[in-house]
Amino acid sequence: MTARSLRGAAAATLAGTLALTAAACSTPGGAAAGSGGPKDAAVVGIAYEPESLSPLLGYGKDGNSKIFDGLLALDADMRLRPALAAALPAVSADGLTYTYRLRKGVKFSDGQPFTAKDVVFTYRTVLDPKTNNASRTELDALKDVRAVGDDSVVFTLKYPYAPFAQRTVLAIAPEHVAGRQDVNTGPFTTRPVGTGPYVLTGWSKGEKLTFKANPGYWGGEPAVKKFTMAVIKDDDVRATRLRAGDLDAAILPPALAAGFAQDKGRKTYAAKTYDYRTVTLPTHHQVTGDTAVRRALDIAVDRRAMVDKILEGAGKPAYGPVPTDSPWFAKGTERRHDLAAAGKILDEAGWKPGPDGVRVRDGVRASFPLWYLSGDKLRQDHALAYASDAKKAGIEIKAQAGTWEVIEPRMKTDAVLAGGGSPGDPDFDQYLLLTSSLAGDGFNNMAWYDNKTVDRALQDGRRSNDPAARRAAYDTVQRELVKNPGYTFLTHIDHLYVVNDRWDTATGGLTTQVEPHDHGLASGPWWNVESWKPKQ
Amino acid sequence: MSRRLPWGAMARMTGRRALAAVPVLLGVTLAVFAVAEASPFDPVKAYAGTAGLTASQENLDQLRANLGVDRPLITRWWEWLGDAVTGDLGRSGVMRQPVADVIAERVGWSVLLAATAFLVAVTLGTALGVLAGRRRGGLLDRAVSSAAYTLEAAPAFWLGLLAIWFFALRLGVLPAGGLTDTGSDTVTAGQVATHLVLPALVLGVSQLPWFFLYVRQGVGDALEEDPVRGARARGLSERTVLTGHALRSGMLPMLTLIGSRVPELITGALLVETVFSWPGIAAATVQAAVSVDFPLLAALTVLATAAVLLGNLLSDLLYGLADPRVGFDG
Repeated sequence: MTARSLRGAAAATLAGTLALTAAACSTPGGAAAGSGGPKDAAVVGIAYEPESLSPLLGYGKDGNSKIFDGLLALDADMRLRPALAAALPAVSADGLTYTYRLRKGVKFSDGQPFTAKDVVFTYRTVLDPKTNNASRTELDALKDVRAVGDDSVVFTLKYPYAPFAQRTVLAIAPEHVAGRQDVNTGPFTTRPVGTGPYVLTGWSKGEKLTFKANPGYWGGEPAVKKFTMAVIKDDDVRATRLRAGDLDAAILPPALAAGFAQDKGRKTYAAKTYDYRTVTLPTHHQVTGDTAVRRALDIAVDRRAMVDKILEGAGKPAYGPVPTDSPWFAKGTERRHDLAAAGKILDEAGWKPGPDGVRVRDGVRASFPLWYLSGDKLRQDHALAYASDAKKAGIEIKAQAGTWEVIEPRMKTDAVLAGGGSPGDPDFDQYLLLTSSLAGDGFNNMAWYDNKTVDRALQDGRRSNDPAARRAAYDTVQRELVKNPGYTFLTHIDHLYVVNDRWDTATGGLTTQVEPHDHGLASGPWWNVESWKPKQ
Repeated sequence: MSRRLPWGAMARMTGRRALAAVPVLLGVTLAVFAVAEASPFDPVKAYAGTAGLTASQENLDQLRANLGVDRPLITRWWEWLGDAVTGDLGRSGVMRQPVADVIAERVGWSVLLAATAFLVAVTLGTALGVLAGRRRGGLLDRAVSSAAYTLEAAPAFWLGLLAIWFFALRLGVLPAGGLTDTGSDTVTAGQVATHLVLPALVLGVSQLPWFFLYVRQGVGDALEEDPVRGARARGLSERTVLTGHALRSGMLPMLTLIGSRVPELITGALLVETVFSWPGIAAATVQAAVSVDFPLLAALTVLATAAVLLGNLLSDLLYGLADPRVGFDG
């Protein structure tokens, strides 16, 4: 210990937590013990811990679990490829029957063979109302699933549902283990057995999950033999432990990730996402329900400034649930920030500036409340920026914090700063957000959006298997959102990861997948850790 | 100190306290159910998490029925109690595990952390307090006292961050968190011991000022009392005066403090466990509370109440031993 480090400690003590964070960010990573660790082990820091590792309760529903496999999986470009299925499914002409042939010779990590029975068991258990699975709605289209012999499974749908194949990335549980215990609280929820590239060796709740490579994995044994996910809720602690060499990689907020930008031994990866932030504009409120106000807000908001200032560049402007770089995005529906045009729309609709600068029409002040989730700094920043942009157009927005319990009863009339996003098929987000019959159904269609053209297009989009017809349908939806926005979409947020630069994959460096709103265990550059190779 | 311990009286007091604890614990669990019922948090939303944000109302209603949270408060409490008496603590919704498993997996680590921290706080606090109390106003007294007031104002989580930054990052001598080395999946005593140092030290140091300040005051005051002056006048050695007279009466307030610090220790552990990713019961407690997980919440509250009652009993027993005039009638 030197006098310099003592002085450093004293300075930090005096300057408080801010100084601590700053100091932690500016110290060079001298004690990077981790980079000298075994080459076939990787330790990553994650912020959220799952409650359960049982696919029957919703774990691994979006595919890419390290412990389990689905029938299908998504590759780096988000294209479906076969996993436990031997090939992509055969779909009947009416779109109601999906037939999967299963891969032969696959074993669960306990040595038992994987068969069609396990697939049927998994889907039937998820559909069972007694199973506490909050994501069951995602399989709404599924009527029945049955096994044909040991190596073939047939799904029958209630209605033609084009994106159904994407739902079959759902992780498959072994019937011989999970079928013999309480599905909601049995030991399987914390000690899972699957077919995936890794086997869980320990789960010390609140501390870490440890995995070892599955030597019998059907895709070949991974080169990274030991894989650890350390659960570190606090962003500052995660950054500190990454710098101390305790972690090889971590997810970090933009401000902390920036501290590693100059670090030669580490690389920063920005994962593209479908993770949007939006403002609901409920049709049942006399201000937000007015199309002129909705259109004016849509162009009065400065999305670019939000990306630059709030997200520090790690994200992009959003004009709908579909990100602008998605192949499903309808080109030409981007909205320019145009305050003058917004004022003109309001003027023409009869909203005239009042004495205090807030517009008035027929005695109604252009004013409404906007709720955001308390404690969520990112949502708060978005809400305040939105309110300040709206004020320039003469619309008063009162931003207020609350928990979901406070917000939910008010959702029918009050605006909410909401977040969400599932990658993949455009049906996933748009159907739930915009279908008029789902208005007020749980958290679906929170804005009570009601547009017959959109309803029809959404139905066409999910029922047709013809890519051109689907594209036309979702183009229609996105163009309707320009004419009558039910929401003001603000940003799509990048997720940032910092990783020690000591691994490669066969195709070059590490990659990220397009990520959903919530951070799954297998998000981030380690989505394909089973194909990592130590750098020479 | 060669006097025989009054075992009988101590046992009777323990028995009386144990009997009195039964209605207290019953009342506390009922209160937990009532408070949870009145809380604005919705157990179904907490259970569903982000999936609940896209779930249909039908799905959420089904969950509510499955979790049994739509039944009246008294029914749930009575059923929970009936099961608990037979040793079945129920199943935790939020952890997707039996409550007994949740507690068994974690409580040991919390007890280890809290006990070590308590030991650090008591021994270090007492030693420093005696030294400072002997010469009030001296250099040591002034240095340690001002440090103690500063520490009392410093939140435990901030001390934790500071300790990680200094010992783990700058010096690289101690691990920054977890129960064992992050890359290791076996739990060895040696690893746990090194990982325990920082969290126990931080938690202990955050509790230390209380003990230090009480002992310092008590010893200082006692040294100015007549019996001590008399003893000094009779030419007894400074050592005998200190241990035989001043320490005995000066320590009395601290014995009460030991019992009353238990709740503070529990809340302090909560923050320290989070900062150091310590796999104890504290994180589960927070999760149980915000998720309105009735069975887990009730079991944890019983545990915490029992810890507080035990702490009080312990300090009363010690007090009775140190000062025979007080006795063991509670």
